[in-house]
Amino acid sequence: MTLTAPPAARPAAGGPDLTRAALSGRRRFTNHLATAAIWVAVLLAVIPLALVTYTVIAKGGGVMSLSFLNEDIPNSYRRDGGGMGPAIVGTLLITGMAALMAIPLGVFGAVYLNEYGKQRPLARVIRLMADVMTGVPSIVMGLFIYISWVLLVGEQTGFAGALALACLMLPVVIRSSEEMLRLVPDELRQASMALGARKWKTTLTVVLPAAISGITSGSLLAVARAAGETAPIIIVTGIVFSPNWNLFDGSNTALPAQIFRNASQPFPAAQDRAWGAALTLIVIVLGFTIIARFISSRFAIKER
Amino acid sequence: MASNDTNLTTRPSVAVHAPGTTVSGADSANSSVMQLRDVSVYYGSYEAVRGTTMPIQQNQVTAMIGPSGCGKSTVLRALNRMNDPIPGARVSGDVLFHGQDLYAKDIDPIQVRRRIGMVFQKPNPFPKSIYDNVAYGLRINGIKGRLDDHVEEALTKAALWDEVKDKLRKSALALSGGQQQRLCIARTIAVKPEVILMDEPCSALDPIATAKIEDLIFELTNDYTIVIVTHNMQQAARVSHYTAFFTAEVDEAQERHGRLVEFSQTGKLFTNPADKRTEDYITGRFG
Repeated sequence: MTLTAPPAARPAAGGPDLTRAALSGRRRFTNHLATAAIWVAVLLAVIPLALVTYTVIAKGGGVMSLSFLNEDIPNSYRRDGGGMGPAIVGTLLITGMAALMAIPLGVFGAVYLNEYGKQRPLARVIRLMADVMTGVPSIVMGLFIYISWVLLVGEQTGFAGALALACLMLPVVIRSSEEMLRLVPDELRQASMALGARKWKTTLTVVLPAAISGITSGSLLAVARAAGETAPIIIVTGIVFSPNWNLFDGSNTALPAQIFRNASQPFPAAQDRAWGAALTLIVIVLGFTIIARFISSRFAIKER
Repeated sequence: MASNDTNLTTRPSVAVHAPGTTVSGADSANSSVMQLRDVSVYYGSYEAVRGTTMPIQQNQVTAMIGPSGCGKSTVLRALNRMNDPIPGARVSGDVLFHGQDLYAKDIDPIQVRRRIGMVFQKPNPFPKSIYDNVAYGLRINGIKGRLDDHVEEALTKAALWDEVKDKLRKSALALSGGQQQRLCIARTIAVKPEVILMDEPCSALDPIATAKIEDLIFELTNDYTIVIVTHNMQQAARVSHYTAFFTAEVDEAQERHGRLVEFSQTGKLFTNPADKRTEDYITGRFG
């Protein structure tokens, strides 16, 4: 054999055969089976997602227009036209206020749990309570806010809805932020400590920035979930047909509540509005996601 | 970098000692910046290191060597109270810094760490830009004035300036391991501590990066006092003026404790150790 001979596909005598053909039939079969199973699983997971997207766009796209986004809700379900303006205003204000209350509180709570409380009894109790709170059904949270806030101030308000949503978001923000803080390597805390940084300074300038993109994603999931909550909104915010920009005075409404009310009507006009509201809600949540991703990428340090 | 001399073994100026010199007589005793007197470190009820007494001489490199689990890192971390956050960690005896007990009640550990800095085993730059890494310590310590100049000075002293001057705003994580470790050293010297503790600073680095760090350590003794923990005896022999040999011993109660076996000038410890255990270790019969 000369030096320029092409490499052989078969091994030299006595060498191991590395080709696929050398695998036993059973191993080849298992390999193909596993690959196929994974593809089937992916397709099955994508099907409902694609169908939901398709249906909402197909049915909601028809009514979508600028006037749908800013016109008042007709006070008769029967009537054609009108829009979801008040519900969009309500959703943005109520969810925004809820996020404003729950995210800072939740992140501070997570900082306490991971940086200060660690395994102390108080921290363990808080962790347990947060886990329990995650499992509280949203309608129960709505009732809780109803008796503890709505009855107290004497009227259904947007703020009451924000309170209920904040209570639902809080445990999710706490636990997801804590997980993100736990991922920050201890070496960074030690490095900061060895430079003579106090603990709050280390937390604020090293630990939180290192975890910020994860915290943002986690908080965003909570916001997205809260934006779609229906039961507490129906119970504690009441209903309006024209926009109410004041969260503290008078009833309000939100897209999920409008989807529920309109979709349960027998009138085609109402059902169209429900689909339009559903599409609007999905786009709003998508918007939140994009904004949060943008913000966290501005904070996050590039690898190169 | 002034890498004119590759034979690092000749660098420490300890060749002048006479055989049999005692530790404190080697240099004048008052040049010690730190002093450990009967220092024991406990984790809960477990005594990890027992009864360590040794000086840390000013503007010299003191190496701590010994087998794994002998407590050398524990002692190192006791020097700037880095063990404080470990639940149950406790120090008895006196750790003196300019005659002041670092574990006295009214001592602020933050003040201690501002004067006694630390470089860790694994390079641990912050996930920030190179500039911000060095500026971090300056900012938290409220050092005003021309931050740029301080950053350049620190990076130059750490022999890293030429390699990074064009990419100060790039992430520190994009640097190689050796560069990251020099960045960590730059970050430490930027706040101008008196003492720099190094916990196996080269163990994650290749030989070339290691040689650069060793050169650097030697340069740094002009301005700083250095204590270095190393697994590598050759490294201790190359860079240090004084060497402390630790080992782990099992006591009557079958508990393992780290003990300081021998402290002396590096040349003496490696050529003429006073203790049989030191000799066994450095000749490779043990550990």
